[in-house]
Amino acid sequence: MDVLLQQLINGLILGSLYALVALGYTMVYGILELINFAHGEIVMVGAMVSVSVLAALTAAGVPVALALPLALAAAVVVCVVAGVLVERVAYRPLRNAPRLAPLITAIGVSIVLQNLAMIFWGRQYLSFPPVIEVQVYDVLGATVSNIQILILIVAALTMGGLLLLVNRTRLGRAMRATAQNREVAGLMGVDVNRVIAATFIVGSALAAVAGLLIASYYGIAHYNMGFLLGLKAFSAAVLGGIGNIPGALLGGLLLGVIESLGAGYIGDLTGGFLGSHYQDIFAFLILILVLTFRPSGLLGERVADRA
Amino acid sequence: MTSKLLIAFVLGAASWSMPTWLSAAGTIEIGCVAPLTGPQAHLGKDIENGARLAVDAINASTPTIGGQPVQFVLLVEDDQADPKTATVVAQKLVDEGVKGVVGHLNSGASIPASRIYAENGVPQVSPASTAVAYTNQGFDTTYRLMANDSQQGKALGQYATRLGKRVAVVDDRTAYGQGLIDEVVKSVEASGGKVVGREYTTDKSTDFTAILTSLKAKRPDVVVFGGMDPQAAPMVRQMRTLGMKTPFMGGDGMQSAEFIKLAGPAAEGAIGSSPGLPLEQMPGGADFTKRFGERFGKVQIYAPFSHDAAVVLIQAMLRAGSAEPKQYLPELVKTQFDGVIGPIAFDAKGDLRDGPVTLYEVKGGQWQPVETIGGPAAK
Repeated sequence: MDVLLQQLINGLILGSLYALVALGYTMVYGILELINFAHGEIVMVGAMVSVSVLAALTAAGVPVALALPLALAAAVVVCVVAGVLVERVAYRPLRNAPRLAPLITAIGVSIVLQNLAMIFWGRQYLSFPPVIEVQVYDVLGATVSNIQILILIVAALTMGGLLLLVNRTRLGRAMRATAQNREVAGLMGVDVNRVIAATFIVGSALAAVAGLLIASYYGIAHYNMGFLLGLKAFSAAVLGGIGNIPGALLGGLLLGVIESLGAGYIGDLTGGFLGSHYQDIFAFLILILVLTFRPSGLLGERVADRA
Repeated sequence: MTSKLLIAFVLGAASWSMPTWLSAAGTIEIGCVAPLTGPQAHLGKDIENGARLAVDAINASTPTIGGQPVQFVLLVEDDQADPKTATVVAQKLVDEGVKGVVGHLNSGASIPASRIYAENGVPQVSPASTAVAYTNQGFDTTYRLMANDSQQGKALGQYATRLGKRVAVVDDRTAYGQGLIDEVVKSVEASGGKVVGREYTTDKSTDFTAILTSLKAKRPDVVVFGGMDPQAAPMVRQMRTLGMKTPFMGGDGMQSAEFIKLAGPAAEGAIGSSPGLPLEQMPGGADFTKRFGERFGKVQIYAPFSHDAAVVLIQAMLRAGSAEPKQYLPELVKTQFDGVIGPIAFDAKGDLRDGPVTLYEVKGGQWQPVETIGGPAAK
């Protein structure tokens, strides 16, 4: 029983990370009906920048309590700049083009970012400096570490902040209006370009936070880590209902738990035929199942009305 | 127009045949293949540097073959630790006319590449591939300077059972990792231990929390991992984050300076095996460390082995009086040489005779040798 609990806890942590990244996908899709494949690479950039800055600061003797927030701030700044640049250069010119064009462009941007990261940081793995001393707590037979608790808290705070932003501020209202019907929102006095830029800014900031948390959880970062993560987070967003912010949260958490339990039990379930190195198939199996049986996702999709 | 074409054609034909013309005048190419980019680049570079040290030293002593002075040239290629790239690169080297190859690093790369070298009769001495399958293919061109995984797995399994009877194993499903763990499992069971769980991962994964949780539930006394340091390091880190205090053991793919760097304080107490003697205990170790350090810095793992691989190839050529593989292969088989790593002789399959395996433990952030199993002294 405590194994199940432990796998569930691991799954929740993994799910929080997926949820953070899925939010970026879902917000952009809600407004632009564009799957921003480059978002996974923005997470990777956030992870790499935070690891590099943190390593440099701790090597220079800066205390951890100051170095971590500084690394986070640096990651947020770089990711936001990257996200806005990508939007301006790659997506805005294609705003009124047929849907396939920005999709392919997004894939291209993803490849460009991966290769830029490879040129800049090299191909070896970067190590997250062991600045947080791992302390383990016993909870009903399962173990939770302080890093995991930190991830949960930071993820919850960030997502709560996002919900506040979207539901209780003017900008949030403008975002929801633009998501509902871009032209009419423009007619009602919403500066659509600004709102779209703001969406990318918020999404990229979330990506930066996710990047730092992922790097601290696994202890390493490398230029290739964004690709698979992006695909899985996208699957999570579809699972919850694309365009739907609570949907992304639910989808992320669910996917994390399913993947964790699946990887843990697949050996027993298939009698040794499939091993735990097939961990990654769960996200995509879910994607196929959702698109086949309930394409609008669990909580229903929320995309622009085309009437 | 026709005269320009004619000139271009003549120049082209001349430049095409020029390399072989140059070779005939005394340049002998030796290939060196290892992953020079990617997560294992530090190990691949180590191999290149070791071979380069040997080749440069030999060139400085003005060697001659058949009365003609010769110079050896190292042709270095990057196989990215990928089996597909390894075959492409092997074909490229063979086409460029190399007379011997030092490489590859990963067994998963050496095995497919060895087929290409064997078809073209090019002898291959691997400084690092330990999978048993590598020399089991029946080729007469495959050699290695490290004890293979049946010896390494045996040593790991015996040591693990000493730490506790309940052993959990993880492998990364590569030819190396899988082969090593298969041997470890056999050895654990032969030593009276029990393999309580076996999980799998890939050589690109970073998330091991699910499989570690599953293994933790089986209450192992020790966890043995078959794979390379980019996976071993996060794995041991995640083990400590999950509250697992179990001792962590691995093979030569993990026994590197990079492992300690990536894993941080979680590396403390980890045990890694490596075929061969510890650098300080190698007969030529002190001198090699000094010469290598002056030029390239710190030795990772494989430099002494690639150094001796190059030396063994070249010495066979010098003894046979010819760089042609058909001529010097019989000499290579008969090698009896005291290299940096110790006495070198090959058995019928191309394996190193009496190869020792050393177990190291991370103490105070450094790998310290704990025990050497096997080796010529142990006869």
